[in-house]
Amino acid sequence: MTKKPKPKTFENFWERNRLSGGYLVRKRLMGFGISLARFILLFGMCFMILQPILNKISVSFMTQEDLYNPIVISIPEHFTTENYQLAAQLMNYQKALVNSFIISITIAILQIAVCTLVGYGFARFDFPFKKLWFACVIIVILIPPQTIASSLHLHFKFFDILGLIRLIHGDTINLRGSAIPYYLMSAGCMGLKNGLYIFMIRQFFRNIPNDMEEAAYVDGCGTLKTFLRIMLPEAKPIITSCFLFAFVWQWTDGFYSKMFLGNTTLVSTSLARIVDSLGAYIQRITGVKTTISIAYANCILATGTLMIILPLIILYLFAQRQFVESISSSGIKM
Amino acid sequence: MEKKRRKKYVGLQKRKAIAGYLFISPFILGFLVFMIKPLFQSLYMSFCNVELGSSVFNPVWQGLGNYNQAFTVDPEYNRLLVEEISRMIIYSLAIIVFSFFVSLILNQNFKGRALVRAVFFLPVILSSGVILGLEEDNQLMATLAQQIETTTSGVSITGALEEILMTAGVGTRAFEEVFEIIDNIYDVAIASGIQIIIFLSGLQTISRNMYEAAEIEGCTAWESLWKITFPMISSLFLVNWIYTVIDFCMRSDNGVIEKIQTVMIDQMNYGMASAMSWIYFVIILAFVGITSFFISKGVYYYD
Repeated sequence: MTKKPKPKTFENFWERNRLSGGYLVRKRLMGFGISLARFILLFGMCFMILQPILNKISVSFMTQEDLYNPIVISIPEHFTTENYQLAAQLMNYQKALVNSFIISITIAILQIAVCTLVGYGFARFDFPFKKLWFACVIIVILIPPQTIASSLHLHFKFFDILGLIRLIHGDTINLRGSAIPYYLMSAGCMGLKNGLYIFMIRQFFRNIPNDMEEAAYVDGCGTLKTFLRIMLPEAKPIITSCFLFAFVWQWTDGFYSKMFLGNTTLVSTSLARIVDSLGAYIQRITGVKTTISIAYANCILATGTLMIILPLIILYLFAQRQFVESISSSGIKM
Repeated sequence: MEKKRRKKYVGLQKRKAIAGYLFISPFILGFLVFMIKPLFQSLYMSFCNVELGSSVFNPVWQGLGNYNQAFTVDPEYNRLLVEEISRMIIYSLAIIVFSFFVSLILNQNFKGRALVRAVFFLPVILSSGVILGLEEDNQLMATLAQQIETTTSGVSITGALEEILMTAGVGTRAFEEVFEIIDNIYDVAIASGIQIIIFLSGLQTISRNMYEAAEIEGCTAWESLWKITFPMISSLFLVNWIYTVIDFCMRSDNGVIEKIQTVMIDQMNYGMASAMSWIYFVIILAFVGITSFFISKGVYYYD
């Protein structure tokens, strides 16, 4: 039973092909050629993106002699986990990890909570000077934080609220080195890429139909209650993805961390210093000031980088869909 | 007019306006305290010579001195500025073209599409912040590449192609720029994750009917790319262009930014650092403004 139709369709194909004057075969070949070319192209590009990570993984397991051995390219001859131990020690890994985790989570929650409020305000309410304030959001997106960095630096070094603190305390307080300024800035939507989050959340809220909200109002729901009960559950996808972005960008951020959280051991700042601390470490052990070879320094750097991005990769594996679909769901248009 | 405006916000409208202000009040506060004040302060400081005391800082007005110094005295600043801006223009163009091309491919149906998308989006997460800056001077990779090059005795397809094209002798300079981008395609690829997603979301909103109609009328795929796809997502070119330029300016491996950081933190010269960053910011803003004005002229709006 099953055998019969098979040769029939096969005959049919050639028959049809003959009748169409070779068009079918040409079309098949074209389709095959296109998908082959696409496969090669995409494979190449994916390999190009992944190659540095793969390279880092192989390097991180090498001993020093493997690094200088020209025969060893990707698979280490002497397998070792020493690099990981050394990098963990140099970066103060456990402490940095815990610190980074706490700071990234709290900052991300704070930023997204505030940005959601603001984004909802911009999307759903009509008030005077709305255009002006939204232009300010665009300005926040456009201004590189480096422009105001020098001034912020001083602003927090001699921190004062309208001269009140000076009145009570007798002097301005130096908030530099503590994490407070950064939390304050996050609460005011001026953290890392917060303008972008406001913009994305606003776009998302604008695409939700008005009906549900109006129904809630008619039933006697207040503004805040409507927002919490009706709109917030609707906006779950964009909020999760913005939260993930905030977390990840905060995790790897160097600029704000260096500026405000200089005294806290964070993974991002300790990774930036890892080569220097390697030099200091070796000097302490051998007692002589030696220059470390570039290959070895890079090997440790690669190991450190891997250790830092490992939590992010795990996060990405689980939440990949949220990351990728977030921006498409916000429907950015100008 | 005055009466009308007052009338616009009464009753429910008024209550909603107040609620709206309450919702955006964190932003207003933050903007006034952490953006406006530092912004004007840094603008003021850029005209001053800032003296740091133990508890107070004391800006002394000195006019355009810092700007003068940045342009004429500082040995690096001019060079860095020109280099970074030309690099920005070239790379932004390359990123836009690359991400448009990739999103066209990723919009087709094939097996493993989700996986490929995930890979293309990976750099957004892994190459942000400090990691990007560290990536830049990876000597190990360079030596590895050199090794491979010596073992294959310098025979590479791209190298040969480059030589053939160069011998033509026409537009050598333009070719050089293109080769530079091709050699650094990795940098372009890792910087275009978000742009690809934005283009993809745009491509998915174009209705199939248009392509079908075009096909029936005898349009080839190439023609419908330029006549349908391109105009329909042209507004996203504007979005992506602005995003790319801004993103490029804020990268931590940016030469000008590094220069500003060293002047500010290591040399403690706040006035000078402010002047430098204001020059950079004004140039970027003007650049974004002018280019997006021209791009928005070409944008086609369907509805």
